[in-house]
Parts: sequence; C-alpha cells; structure tokens
Amino acid sequence: MIELQEVYKKYPNGVTAINGIDVRINQGEFVYVVGPSGAGKSTFIKMMYREEVPTTGTITMNGVNLAKLKMKKVPLFRRNLGVVFQDFKLLPTLTVYENVAFALEVIEAQPKYIRKRVMEVLELVNLKHKIKMLPTELSGGEQQRVSIARSIVNSPKVVIADEPTGNLDPETSWEIMNIFEEINNRGTTIVMATHNREIVNTLKHRVIAIESGRIVRDEQRGEYGYEN
Amino acid sequence: MKIRTVGRHARESLKNISRNGWMTFASVSAVTVTLILVGVFFVIMMNLNRVAQTIEDDVQIRVHIDVAANEKDQQTLKTELERMAEVKAVTFSPKKNELDNLVKSLGEDGKAFKLFEQDNPLNDVFVVKTKKPTDTMLVAKKAEKLNFVSKVRYGQGKVEKLFKFIKASRNVGVVLIIGLFFTAIFLISNTIKITIIARRREIKIMRLVGATNTFIRWPFFLEGLWLGIVGSILPIILISTAYYRAYDYIGPKLEGTFIKVLPFTPFVYQVSGILMLMGAVIGVWGSVMSVRKFLKV
Repeated sequence: MIELQEVYKKYPNGVTAINGIDVRINQGEFVYVVGPSGAGKSTFIKMMYREEVPTTGTITMNGVNLAKLKMKKVPLFRRNLGVVFQDFKLLPTLTVYENVAFALEVIEAQPKYIRKRVMEVLELVNLKHKIKMLPTELSGGEQQRVSIARSIVNSPKVVIADEPTGNLDPETSWEIMNIFEEINNRGTTIVMATHNREIVNTLKHRVIAIESGRIVRDEQRGEYGYEN
Repeated sequence: MKIRTVGRHARESLKNISRNGWMTFASVSAVTVTLILVGVFFVIMMNLNRVAQTIEDDVQIRVHIDVAANEKDQQTLKTELERMAEVKAVTFSPKKNELDNLVKSLGEDGKAFKLFEQDNPLNDVFVVKTKKPTDTMLVAKKAEKLNFVSKVRYGQGKVEKLFKFIKASRNVGVVLIIGLFFTAIFLISNTIKITIIARRREIKIMRLVGATNTFIRWPFFLEGLWLGIVGSILPIILISTAYYRAYDYIGPKLEGTFIKVLPFTPFVYQVSGILMLMGAVIGVWGSVMSVRKFLKV
C-alpha cells in the first residue's frame, strides 16, 4: 500500500511542484497519473522511488516512510520496488541478460537463482532470444521490455513507471501496456505517469489527475481528460 | 560481502577496462607518462643524494695531538673523544703516517719533504668520524677545548659551505619530488575523473536498481587499481633498462673517483616497487574520489 499525507514539495529555486497531496493506493491497483506538462507528475513519481524527498508531509510505501528514510537505506528500499523510465535507463555496456541480472546481483542472489529468474522474466517480455544483445542493438520497444523485465525481476510489490510509452510508436506502446497488464494481473501495484490519451481511455483503470501540484481528479476507471 | 561478490567485482572491473577502450587508454597513458617523469626524477635525485652522502661521509675531523702528550695522555684524549655522543669512531694516525700521506699526496714535489724523515715536525693525529656529518663542526669545537690538543682541522670554511649546499639541494629535491607527486595525483585522478563522468549515468542507474554505494564503488576501486598497475609497467621497464645501460656506461668511468652511483640491484627493484605502489594508490584514490561525487542520487 502507498499513502501520501499532506505532501508538499518546494524546490530550492522557489518552485512548488507538489502543493498538498493526500492519496492512498491499495495493493494490486493500476493507477494512471495524468496532467499537463509541468503539473508535478514527474516530481510525484520521483518521490515514490525516493529520488526526491517531500519538503513536508509523509509518503509511506510498504510500511516505509520515505520522507524520513536515510540515504544509506535508500538502496534497500529500492530493491523492493520496480522502476521503469521513458528513456529505459539500461546499462549500455551490459547485454540484455546482464542488465536484468544486475538487479539480482546487487542483492547478492545465488547465481543459480539469478539464471532461472532472469530467463523467466525475459520469457514474460518475450526477449529470451535476444539475451546476448546490447541495448544499442535493440529497438525502442525491445529496450523498454528489458527495462520492464529488470523492474520485476526482484518480484516487487510495486512498479513505478514514468512515461514508459513516451518514446515508442503506438503499436509498440500497446505491446508494452499488455506486459504491464500481465504484471498487474499477477498482483503487482502499478503507478504510471502517462500522456497517452488512447491508452488511458481504452485500458480503463484508476486515473489521478494532477494540476499545479494538486490532485484535481481521482476516478476509478477514469478518462484521460486532456487534449493531446 | 560474499566471496562470490568479490569475484563478480573483479570480473566486472576487468570487463569494464576492455569495454571502455579509449577511456582506459587515456587513463593508462596518464599514469604511464606521469610515472616516467616521477621515476626519472626520482632516480636522478636518489643518485645525487648518494653522491652527496659520499662527500659527507668523507668529511673527518683531524685532532692534532700536542707533542708534549705522553702515551697515557693520548689514551685519555682518545677516551674523551670517544665518549662524545656524536662520535662514531676515533682512529690513531702516528706522525710517520701523516708524513707519508703528505708526501704521497704531493707526488713528485713531496719528495722534498722526505728530508724531514729524521726529524718529523708533524703531530700524531686522532682521526674522528662523527655519526652524523653535520655534527662535524660541533665535535670539532668540543675537541678544541680538550687537553693535549694542539689544533683541530676539518676543512673549516669549505665544509660549512659544502653542507649548506648539500642541504639546499636536498630541500630543492624534496620539494620537486613532492610537487611532481601532486602533479601526478592531479593528472591521473583528473583523467580517471573524466572517464567516470562519462559513466555517471551508469552509476545513477545502479543506484536506482538498489545497488549500495559499496557495491558500486568496488568495481571502480579495482579498475583504478588495475589501471594504476598496468600504467606503471612501461615506466618500470623503461627506467630499469635505461638505468642498467647508464650504470654499465657510467659505472666504470667513475671508478677511482669519490662519486659513486647506486648499484643496479636492489635500487631498481626499490624504484619499481615505489612506482607500482604509486600507480596503484593514485589509481585507486583517483577513481574512488571521482565515484563519490555521483553516489548521492
């Protein structure tokens, strides 16, 4: 479960990105975070994986208060969380297999388990045949599939995705969304910031709309609600 | 940390070295060039120091014994000289010896002094060596005050100047070596920093998937170590070969003179060890310091 209470975020340059957010996301939910550019979506997402810390308020995820989490404990927290980015954030010098395995190597998992688990998730994203390729040898959609595989290889309870289809063509975007649907069906919470109107309006889930750092709309099976 | 993980870091660091081809080349080159400079300068400085040491060691105090002193007085004087804390050794040189040495040192002209063999006007002498050459003046001053001492000679005036010169050269050498050492650190760590800046995205991604700082640091730490060691190989080979040749060439020419250069072994092994250690330490330091900046994500 994720809970934000009275969350404010003011950057040192004076910009208030989050202006009092209270929200609760239950285990297993699929939530779209929508809103115009500069509304505070990215800050909202970044606070969830503790790249940003709220100025005031509390963010509780899996029982951990991220506002008070010490820098030293951040890596341990992130091991129980999957994060997917618009620009994939793959390690360019590692192969597909190595990129996914890396998330398990950092927790010093058994090599046997790493091999088994990495192949399982690569099968889920349909990339088992490309394990030896480097990210630069893959298409955008394939790279995003590797990124998703890496985010779920630790079997996290929550996956945070920041515009995961932002760099992809419509057809590939649907492939990626199908993978997210599959992950959500297995019980993982998904929180996804997106600008993709078609996806939000077709694959219906809870929609949280943010404008000027505030939640202006929170609907189950909501609509995108903005012009693209 | 598990042994398996240490093995992983070692493998990863070696892989990174080959993956980052040009960056590796740049770092190794920086280490190589700087260590060649440091090495050459170090060899020259050490040899100059050795020459200075030889000159210093040659300085001795000659305590001329009063002709009125009998054997017992001489023994007392010797004991008094030996008792001085700064004195290393006291050797007796009878006046006959002194005359022979004088005759020898003057060559053909010295033969004229042979006439004195019947009635030697020179004094018996105690040759005093001090533990530290710089104590020469102090011991000479103390010796002058003892009984049955007619005069004390140690090359007054010249020795002070010589010691001053040697001290100044040593200080200059130490300052230059320290300066060069810091230049080396600056050059090498900056090159490594550039290679790491190019990989800051990589470090950020590692942090985002939950790698601890220690986990991220290890491969970089080992990479720095390998780069430093690999970078020191060429300077070691070059300096060893050059010193071997130079020693072979200069050594025989210096025979019979007071100048002595340091023998090939163990000096070259010591220099090699120092260069490798320097490369390794600077490599590790450079990479660890550079990574630190990017670990606050």
